[in-house]
Amino acid sequence: MATILEMRDITKEFPGVKALDRVNLSVEEGEIHALVGENGAGKSTLMKVLSGVYPHGSYDGEILLDGTEMQFRGIRDSEARGIIIIHQELALIPLLAVAENIFLGNERAHRGLINWRETERRAADLLARVGLKESPKTTVADLGLGKQQLVEIAKALSKDVRLLILDEPTSSLNEQDSEKLLELLTEFRKQGVTSILISHKLNEISRVADTITVLRDGSTVARLDCKDGISEDDIIRDMVGRSLDDRYPEREPKVSDEVAMEVSNWTVHHPIQTDRKVVDDVSFHVRRGEVLGIAGLMGAGRTELAMSLFGRSYGRDISGSAKIGGREADLSSVRSAINAGLAYATEDRKTYGLVLGDTIRRNVPLAKLDAIADGLVVNRHREGDVAEKYRDRLAIKSSSIEQETINLSGGNQQKVVLSKWLFADPDILILDEPTRGIDVGAKFEIYTVIRDLAASGKAIIVISSEMPELLGITDRLYVMNEGRFVGEMPTAEASQEKIMARIIKSGNRAA
Amino acid sequence: MSNIVDSTAQAPAGQQARASLKFLKNHLREYGILFALIAIMVFFQIATGGILLKPVNITNLVLQNSYIVIMAIGMLLVIVAGHIDLSVGSVLGFIGALAAVMIVNWGVPYLIAGILCLIVGAMIGAAQGFWVAYFRIPSFIVTLAGMLVFKGLTLWLLAGQSVGPFPPQFQLISSGFLPDPFGVDGFNLMSLLIGVGVALALAIFLVRGRAQAAKTGAVDEPFAFFAAKTAIIVIGIVWMSWLMADFRGLPNVFIVMALLIAIYSFVTSRTTIGRRIYAIGGNEKAASLSGINSKRLTFLTFANMGMLAALAGLVFAARLNTATPKAGATFELDVIAAVFIGGASMAGGVGTVVGAVVGAFIMGVMNNGMSILGIGIDYQQVIKGLVLLAAVIFDVMNKQKS
Ligand SMILES: Nc1ncnc2c1ncn2[C@@H]1O[C@H](COP(=O)(O)OP(=O)(O)OP(=O)(O)O)[C@@H](O)[C@H]1O
Ligand SMILES: [Mg+2]
Repeated sequence: MATILEMRDITKEFPGVKALDRVNLSVEEGEIHALVGENGAGKSTLMKVLSGVYPHGSYDGEILLDGTEMQFRGIRDSEARGIIIIHQELALIPLLAVAENIFLGNERAHRGLINWRETERRAADLLARVGLKESPKTTVADLGLGKQQLVEIAKALSKDVRLLILDEPTSSLNEQDSEKLLELLTEFRKQGVTSILISHKLNEISRVADTITVLRDGSTVARLDCKDGISEDDIIRDMVGRSLDDRYPEREPKVSDEVAMEVSNWTVHHPIQTDRKVVDDVSFHVRRGEVLGIAGLMGAGRTELAMSLFGRSYGRDISGSAKIGGREADLSSVRSAINAGLAYATEDRKTYGLVLGDTIRRNVPLAKLDAIADGLVVNRHREGDVAEKYRDRLAIKSSSIEQETINLSGGNQQKVVLSKWLFADPDILILDEPTRGIDVGAKFEIYTVIRDLAASGKAIIVISSEMPELLGITDRLYVMNEGRFVGEMPTAEASQEKIMARIIKSGNRAA
Repeated sequence: MSNIVDSTAQAPAGQQARASLKFLKNHLREYGILFALIAIMVFFQIATGGILLKPVNITNLVLQNSYIVIMAIGMLLVIVAGHIDLSVGSVLGFIGALAAVMIVNWGVPYLIAGILCLIVGAMIGAAQGFWVAYFRIPSFIVTLAGMLVFKGLTLWLLAGQSVGPFPPQFQLISSGFLPDPFGVDGFNLMSLLIGVGVALALAIFLVRGRAQAAKTGAVDEPFAFFAAKTAIIVIGIVWMSWLMADFRGLPNVFIVMALLIAIYSFVTSRTTIGRRIYAIGGNEKAASLSGINSKRLTFLTFANMGMLAALAGLVFAARLNTATPKAGATFELDVIAAVFIGGASMAGGVGTVVGAVVGAFIMGVMNNGMSILGIGIDYQQVIKGLVLLAAVIFDVMNKQKS
């Protein structure tokens, strides 16, 4: 096999941070090359250097493609060479059709006039190649995240891709969709397309990768050949610099008898298609000191349930009752929900979680500004102390608390969102995909935080699509499917198979 | 993180110089605009052969720009919250007309009329803010409608005529000066003392702030910069008040303006309300999900804008000593330009009160200087337009670089 790509001694500095420090990466033609490392290790930055997002001259070192040096001035240059990157956050235009998105900036046109027939025909071909059975005319907004991801890949294929870069493509996909995507990558491998895959899901990596490059603190620390049989533990050891004996912290549940929150017959309608029930007659309770899990597939209505409870932030025609501490709770606005002791940490950190242009210092106390103010006046010491404390506690990698959150790595942004809600100090904390995009080491830290919160008598509700995580940290589970709760079980008696069985059974009944 | 570059003080000289350079690069915007104002003033001072900084002209400059500055303060909040208000020029004209009709035609005592006008202004702002905040009608459209409506209502109220003159006490808002109990001939000692007092208070405030920040290690401004900045501010204030004292003293409007600047600077930078407004402008969804009542705050921001536009309307009417149907036309553009020159972002969430005020004075000094030089209104418009464009281009480039 020939070496298709070599990156040599790449160094990239941002004000106050050296994100990459003489990194080397070498990729063989036709392989799946995995890039792993902790949050903030520099994976996304390295790929941005490669794809010309950071143009030649803004970094040191050299990029060799097929042995010749490349000096990309922008993403167009790299695309012309067949290097296509799919970023951590999807970049589709929601209100345009699938076909329009696929050929955006690369229109099938003659003298500025778009040839719609050809656009749709070619789009249909590409969709078939990625195994997506949707019409090219479908609006992207109507597709689930998994399908959108496939559209992104179809878009990449439309550009004669030689080297496909995927930055955490499966972080917001459910297991089936992830599976499909990985299969597609192995399919591409047969066709001679090289891929670079960034992921925090090590099971996926150890399954499909041919070679693994590990970054730590902006340097290459290891290059592992998977032919030698690599275990997840080996990868972790290189990633964090020590071995991690357990993935989940030890805990002795101290669930009290006291019910913290009880929700009965909660029904929520879709905000636009008002006759559609997104949450359908859901009843549940959570006790103090308990870690409660809500399992289900992507699109089951878990986020909608949580957001509708949290100050009616989602949906309309909401009915049902919610009691906190035995009394009917006023959840009519976010403020009153917070005052009632409820908090919700969103899964979508960019849209709902952070004021991206603001610093860590300003984001962390946002949900409880009064606590850092004397009357109306913000006390900047207390503000700084609070931000420092959480930066420490969750090990948020940043140059200082004055760093703008837009410049943090994805996982560290997630930690800032968590910090905000930890500081708000609620009695009942709903965590929606709390470890999405977070590295193994940091996951452990977050699980520890969850454990300690529960031990101090708080009620924690964890929504997660990663079943091993739910099985590892919760005391009790509900299973949700298509807006309804279709099962409840103590975690001790639960297993992935049991959860899936509940989901499938309920799906059959509905059909 | 691999190498976190430390930029605190107590470093060897070379490193300190590098830190200073880095700091300057990161904060080019904030200093840039202050330097721009100073440079423009120096330029016109030379070009006009020293007329620009003559006491009488400085006083004039303040009076001429007071209403723009007052409205720029309100507009800053609106723009930071992620909106825009195109109606302020019309509202200014309308309130002037209302005041004239009440005081001149109906004989309402000027104090009561003034208060009523402020209330009406706040209500106008609230009415527009209501649609923006609670019904999510784009502010551009709501206030465009408001601009037309109040332009029309002004015409109607004045029946197409000018109404005036105002009673002398009312005129004092704009033409009055701070009385001087010392009675030094030809020099308003009181005004100078106030200037010196304010400068000292500000210096102490800045020094204390820095000392406190140093305790938590949150200082990144090199000492030389801090000292230079403080010195420029102190000398500037003392000098301006000395110049004005040499003419007739501090104008009443100047006091009003200074108070507004102080209050709103404090509110925006130090209070929870200010924080919340910036958060809404930065990301409304995230702010709302953090329990911030973004609708009410947006609504209040517009009400506040209406009130300040009304205040500006009173000041303007008092200055002209009559209300005319044309008053306030295109003022909104000057106000908005001032805020953007001052570093606010179209997208919301960014900008400072002091920046907006400096922006207003950049426009004001250019107007004044070019008029003294006898440059035609045609060229004046072109030059002002280019300056606005240059300021914003500088801003955007500066941001992209980092
Ligand atoms: N524009 C920027 N300005 C300043 N610092 C930046 C910028 N972009 C990235 N960084 C910093 O560079 C480092 C590497 O970030 P990068 O996004 O490459 O991490 P990552 O390995 O992709 O992490 P994650 O797994 O969390 O996505 C981080 O410390 C981040 O704070
Ligand atoms: Mg990343």
